[in-house]
Amino acid sequence: MIDVNRKGEVWVFAEQQEGKLNEVSLELLGRARLLAEKLGVKVGAVLPGNKVEGLTKELSAYGAEKVYLVEDPLLAEYQTNSYAKTICELIEKYEPQIVLYGASPLGRDLAPRVASAMRAGLTADCTDLQIEDFQVPKSTTVHENLLQQIRPAFGGNIIATIVNYDRWPQMATVREGVMPLPERNGQLAAEVVKETIKIDTADLPLKILDRHRAQRKVNLKASRIIVAGGAGLGSKDNFKLVWDLANALGGAPAGSRAAVDLGFIDHDYQVGQTGTTVRPALYIAVGISGAVQHAAGMSESARIVAINNDPDAPILQIAHYGIVGDLNDVVPKLIKAIRTKR
Amino acid sequence: MAYNCVVLAKQVPDTKAVTGKAMNDDGTVNRMALPAIFNPEDLNALELALAIREKHGGTVTVITMGLPKASDILRESLYRGADRVILITDVRAAASDTLATSYILSCAVKKLGDYDIVLCGRQAIDGDTAQVGPQMAEKLGIAQITYVEELIELQDKTITAQRSVGNGWEKVQAKMPVLLTVMDTANEPRPVGVKRMMKYKKANSRSELKRDKNAEEKIAALDKKGLLIEEWNLAEIEADMAWCGRDGSPTKVNRVQSVVLTASEHKNIEPTDEGIRELVHELIEDHTIG
Repeated sequence: MIDVNRKGEVWVFAEQQEGKLNEVSLELLGRARLLAEKLGVKVGAVLPGNKVEGLTKELSAYGAEKVYLVEDPLLAEYQTNSYAKTICELIEKYEPQIVLYGASPLGRDLAPRVASAMRAGLTADCTDLQIEDFQVPKSTTVHENLLQQIRPAFGGNIIATIVNYDRWPQMATVREGVMPLPERNGQLAAEVVKETIKIDTADLPLKILDRHRAQRKVNLKASRIIVAGGAGLGSKDNFKLVWDLANALGGAPAGSRAAVDLGFIDHDYQVGQTGTTVRPALYIAVGISGAVQHAAGMSESARIVAINNDPDAPILQIAHYGIVGDLNDVVPKLIKAIRTKR
Repeated sequence: MAYNCVVLAKQVPDTKAVTGKAMNDDGTVNRMALPAIFNPEDLNALELALAIREKHGGTVTVITMGLPKASDILRESLYRGADRVILITDVRAAASDTLATSYILSCAVKKLGDYDIVLCGRQAIDGDTAQVGPQMAEKLGIAQITYVEELIELQDKTITAQRSVGNGWEKVQAKMPVLLTVMDTANEPRPVGVKRMMKYKKANSRSELKRDKNAEEKIAALDKKGLLIEEWNLAEIEADMAWCGRDGSPTKVNRVQSVVLTASEHKNIEPTDEGIRELVHELIEDHTIG
């Protein structure tokens, strides 16, 4: 635990594996910059690894003003304990006021271990972060400029805002794809601070025998246009309508959890709280009722079109364009209209 | 060789059944208003522990922290085959966040002692944080293997497991004691055993009975039959109160809102050729589609 330190920087854990940065770290730098501007402090990125100095340029380009670079052959492969030790020692030395991690499998493995060792608070899977004052209930005490850690809870039925005013740093993991990727600016150059942390074999309790990383077949996050189908399609055969519409638009097909559970489409294509969070320019929901769990993963799309035969379907509440009708009739009409552009 | 497994389980409100009535005025969740269930992935953790015992021998102990009502999932653990179950219940544990919870549970595991493998579900469906497992591992000073999909081998004091890394997997090896967080894909939890259910359905914890008439008699009778669920309070696990409950929790809930999502502008499109052509035209006009 560190004390409240108003001059502390805003840090982002720069997650890399095999020398490749996870995009969520860059997304976080964008938000970290906004938070840091409000607080009048700098944005730092913490980059542990081996032979990763080249990544400092990328981190600068996306908004890091300082990069804490810790290189060690023993940090070449991620292990919870060695990485946690590295981050804890840096936190103790530099006392940042905020530390953000991607809520990736790696980030969710690492951040709680750091939080426990630091006895600091940690909020999981945030979808938004803001700086605001906090008044302690039933008292006149006000804590200024706290990190408001906003996250869905209870299966997405509520949005909770969490603060952490006494045991710092304020830490949160943030879901992938939720924060917009900032524009890359190759002119920016961060100050690189090289640090050495003593790692020994006791910090490497795991032996990694084998590993397999699939190239993600699907990259929904990068798609400008997404056509998602739900249980309303009725069958895997009929789900072809979703693929056809996506093809007509040059977009990506996707599915709701219900569609995935019914076997209409593979889990890699799932949008929603337990799938991918997307914010495309156009999201067309076909036969999706729009449970909050689904909405949590797509409600920030710039344009939402919903096609549903139930006028009371929740998806119509969040859609910019609602079409109440039989999808088997509407979707072919839509494909035809797109093909003829009239 | 035989292994002593400790499973940490949580009774959770069934989040699929949340309604407005389930919220208190202060924004906290009124757990009593929701059906309470065994956290699904904790059942996968229990199943893995039972499978280890079947293959290698040893014991399976299930620990939960919660209100006296959480004894439900301990009974369920007994029906499924747990050897020993322990309820941690104490008013001073109320309002614990993940950090305080992990501290209290780690005190209980330390009191138990002599464990080889600690198992938790990957995450609980009420918070979905997946934090308590890794935080416990840190407090116990042991290695963690999160997102376990498959237990490959146990040999002497070495465990080999496959864990998910999101877009792939890793096969890792660790020395015991070790903490595992188990995914729902790891196994299919067995159903409750009918014979065990008949045997243990009357099992109760002391705090479940304390308001009953003749509570002490009932407790003594159950104890005699081996049906009294073990119960520990924070003093019994030698927990430092500064680390427990509200005081021990750095995170505080500022506010809670129910989710109401609405589009800023909404337009109904008629499901006719003309209506749809108009929509496509608008999307082209505002450069949404090319």
